[in-house]
Parts: sequence; structure tokens; C-alpha cells
Amino acid sequence: MLEVKDLTIRYGNFTAVEGLSFSVEEGQWLMLVGPNGAGKSTVLSAIAQTTPYSGEIYFQGEPLRSMKSDLRASRIGILAQNHFVGYSFSVEEVIRLGRYSHTRGFLAEKRTDNEAAVAQALELTGMTGQRHQSVLTLSGGELQRTFLAQVLAQDPQLLLLDEPTNHLDLVYQKQVFSLIREWLQRPERAVISVVHDLSLAKAYGSHAILLDRGRTVSSGRLKEVMTAEHLNQVYRMDVAEWMKKLLSEWDRTASR
Amino acid sequence: MQRKDHLPTTAYIVMTALLGAALCLCVCIGSVNIPLADTLRVLRDVFSGTPQEEGLNASIILSVRLPRVLCVALSGAALSLAGAAMQGLLKNPLADGSTLGVSSGASLGAVISIAFGITFPSLPFAGTVVMAVLFAFLSLLLILSLAWKLDSSLSTNTIILIGVIFSMFVSSLMNIIITFSADRVQHITFWTMGSLQGSSYMNAGVLGAVLTICTSVLLSLAEELNAFAVGEENAAHIGVSVRRVKLTVLITVSVLIGVCVAIGGTISFVGLVTPHMVRMITGPNHRRLLPLSLFSGAIFLMLADLAARTLLSPRELPIGVVTSIVGAVVFIFIFYKTRKGR
Repeated sequence: MLEVKDLTIRYGNFTAVEGLSFSVEEGQWLMLVGPNGAGKSTVLSAIAQTTPYSGEIYFQGEPLRSMKSDLRASRIGILAQNHFVGYSFSVEEVIRLGRYSHTRGFLAEKRTDNEAAVAQALELTGMTGQRHQSVLTLSGGELQRTFLAQVLAQDPQLLLLDEPTNHLDLVYQKQVFSLIREWLQRPERAVISVVHDLSLAKAYGSHAILLDRGRTVSSGRLKEVMTAEHLNQVYRMDVAEWMKKLLSEWDRTASR
Repeated sequence: MQRKDHLPTTAYIVMTALLGAALCLCVCIGSVNIPLADTLRVLRDVFSGTPQEEGLNASIILSVRLPRVLCVALSGAALSLAGAAMQGLLKNPLADGSTLGVSSGASLGAVISIAFGITFPSLPFAGTVVMAVLFAFLSLLLILSLAWKLDSSLSTNTIILIGVIFSMFVSSLMNIIITFSADRVQHITFWTMGSLQGSSYMNAGVLGAVLTICTSVLLSLAEELNAFAVGEENAAHIGVSVRRVKLTVLITVSVLIGVCVAIGGTISFVGLVTPHMVRMITGPNHRRLLPLSLFSGAIFLMLADLAARTLLSPRELPIGVVTSIVGAVVFIFIFYKTRKGR
């Protein structure tokens, strides 16, 4: 579905990503993992064509660089990490913008399809009750869910998620990840996400790329990538040991 | 196809009625007050094509007041539309021709064309218009690229600061030009104040044509402007062709502001005041904001012009003075609100 060849991204003298190649197939959930500054989010913005890059990125065999932006957006959706809305748009207005790429040109879909897609996205993210509320009055988590609903309304084949549960509490974190896993069940769909929480990555991903300072340390099936050896090398600490220590702490306080 | 985020037809009817009322009011009132019935009869005769009755009132209405009021209304609509579009594009409620320094840039262009006598053969008035539009666009590019270099998030403060500095720079350039062209001082100072005194039907015609074209361009980009107002990055993510839309809007806005400045001088803050008031009523959706800004901009500037003509009668204030007084207050109010909202 997606093929990335020799992707290199530079900001001035700083090389954010160097010589990255990978591919994503239908049904896969690819986790981009690595410490801060590894270049994970940068890879997503290159696929979304919001960062200049060298190398080539193909979607179903077509180079993304020369694809028209509305056609690209009808196939690839991205959920950003942070959102700052300037004006008091309603939740529904922001979500409806997700239909932009489907409402243009000769292939424009019927209005009823649009309304259905918006309603479904509202429903899935639990925002139906707040559809007329101004986005300026939302909490960080509600705002994140609004933009998640926007990208779901966009109905892409490939979903790019940059820290999708950054602002969400545990309940919604679980809901969002389950929701995306269910979204992925439909044919011709794939997900690439940047996740800091290694446990979440392990629990939901099928494939992974471990990045360190812009270079690939390991890539492939999640189980083969996220090994203790690789993780310890990249994070420069005993990751599993630290996780276990945190969990045991939790057990100890919970049992009181 | 009627979408529910479009403006309802009743809103258009109400705004047209208000517009008509303001127009009649502005034609009637002035140094000589003309009864409404006379005004309506003269206007009816014009539109129905019946031969004009001779008379002082008819000649005041047709050769002095009406062209001026038409130019005022069209300028108000154009400036307001330009302001609304720019505020959406830059996601910044304080963006306006005057706060960004675009109007200053445009008047520099106009002043240069007057001082150096740049004209096009057979089109006496095109030189000023073309130079004003060109300078408006160049200053917009300069200001935005400077702002981009300094602060890529294009935050409110950076843009406004650069706009102020740019305006000061431009006004010193204008002073230099004025110093060297003493014989045209009177004519040039006109641009710095803004006045639509002595407007002609040709001015109104040019404004009307430009406004029609620019309005249809911007209305066709209403959804894209909504996307920019939510955020430029988000606009790119949902598939808006960011470069194309940005360039189109910037050119359209430059044309609107340039033509207004060439005809009426620098009339500040119109594009700031009316879109803000409209947004408070209808929300930020450009499908409603743009058409309503057109109407309310026209009405606002007609009333401001009326105040300029009548408040200190028989003296006449420059219209830019009136809009600046109102605009400065609204500016502070918006600034306060955006700061508090953080």
C-alpha cells in the first residue's frame, strides 16, 4: 500500500531522518518507536507532504509528491499531535472539514454520504452530544477527539497518527486504541502511528520500526523489532526492568 | 443546493433592506438636507430611465451625493471582505489592510504614481490603481515573509508588530517623496487621510467590477478559508492545496485593498471592525461571514462617511479619521479578548 524509499529529511545542517526505507501493507498497524528526536513525527509529516524530503514515497504505486492534494487526502489521513483553533468553530464544522477531499470535483459524493460520514465520526468518538459546542470551550482531550473524528470522517485508507492519545485520560486512551483496531478490520486499510508508550505499541502494533537519531535500528514484525536487546540499545537503559519496576510499584500500592 | 451552514435567504433580505435604508439616509442628509420623498423620486427616475427633472436637489443627488455614497458603500464592502479573508487565511482576528501595513504600501504605490506622473495612455486613472495594487501585493509578500522568518507560527503579535514598523517605514518614504514634489503636496496628503470626496461614477464602476470579481473568487474559496481559520497544517492534512489557495487569496486581497486605496486613500480599520462584529453574530464560518461582511462593511462605511460629513458641519472630517477612532477601540477590545482567551 505504502512504500517509502531512501527517505532523507534535513532542516538546514540538521539531519532529522536519513536513508529510511520501509513499506506498509493492507491490515498492518506499523508503530514508529524511538526516543525523543528520533525523527518519528517527521516521517509522518513527510508522508503527509507537509515537510520537504528527498527520496520517494509511493502510495499504491503512485508517487505521493506529484499527487494532487485533495486526491491524496482522500486516501491518507493524518491526526496531528497538537491543535490550536483560532476561532469558535463548532465541533461539527471542524469534523465536516474532513469531508473536504470528497466534496470536490466530478467525483463529489452525495450530500447524504457526507452527512452520514460526519454523524458516524461523531458517534464513534463520543462527541455527538457536543456537536454544536464551540471548539474553543473544549478540554484538550475533547479537542483531540474532535480532530480524530475529523480524520475518521475523511475516510482514508491509510491513517497516520502522531501520539493519538497524548491528551487523553486512560479511559479514552483505551477507547481510542480499540476504536482504531476496529477501524483497521475493514479491508484496504492500514495505520502508521507514533507512540511513546512502549506497552501500548506492543499491545496494538503488528509491525514496528525502531528509530534512533534519524536512522533505522530495526524494522519488521513487531515481535522481532521490539526485543529487549534493541530497546536497551536505543534507550540506553534496561527498558523491561524499568517497566517491571513501575508495574510492581503499582501492585504494591494497589494491594494495600 | 442549500447547505445548512449557508446564510438563510431572510438574512439577505434583511441586509439588503438595511443597505437600502443606509443608502437613502446618506443621500438625504448633508450640508443641504433633501426630503426623502424627493430623493426617492430622483432615484426612481434614474432607474426607470424617465427624463430628469431639472432642479438643485436632483443635481446635488445625482452629481455629488450618489456617486460618493456608491463609492463609499463599495469601498466599505471591499475592505471588509478583504479583512475577513485575511483574518481567515492567517488565523488572526487582528489582520487587516491597515494593521498589516498593506494599505500603507498601496498608498506608497499611489503616491509614487502621482509624484512621478506614471499613467497609462488614454486611461488617466489606471496608473494609480495598478501601482497601488502592485505595491499592496509586494508589501503583503514582504510583511508575511518577514513575519514567517521571525516566527513561523505567524502569531498575532509578530504580524502586527511588523505591520506597524512597515507602516512607519513607508510613511517616511512618502514624506521623502512629498518633500521633493512640493507642487503636488495637496494632492498627495489626500492619500494619507482617506477621503471619498469628489468620487465619480467611473470610480464606482471600477470598484463595482473589481468587487464583483473578487467576491466570487473569495466565496468560491469559503471552505478553504474555513480550513485555514482552523489551522494551516490541518488545511494541508484535509487536502487543501495550501500554496494555491494562499496565493489566490493574497492576490485577491491586494487587488481589493489596492483599488480602494487608489480611489479613496487609506481608510483604516474597516476590515477589522465589521468582520469581527459579524463573527460575533454568525460565528466564524466563511460561508456566512464573507457575504455578511460585504453588507455590513458597506453599511458601516456609509454611516462613518455620514458622520464625517455632518458631525462638524460645515467642516468635513476625512472618513479615515472616523473609522480609525472606532477601529482603535475595537482593536483594543479584540486584542484584549484574544489575550484573555489563552
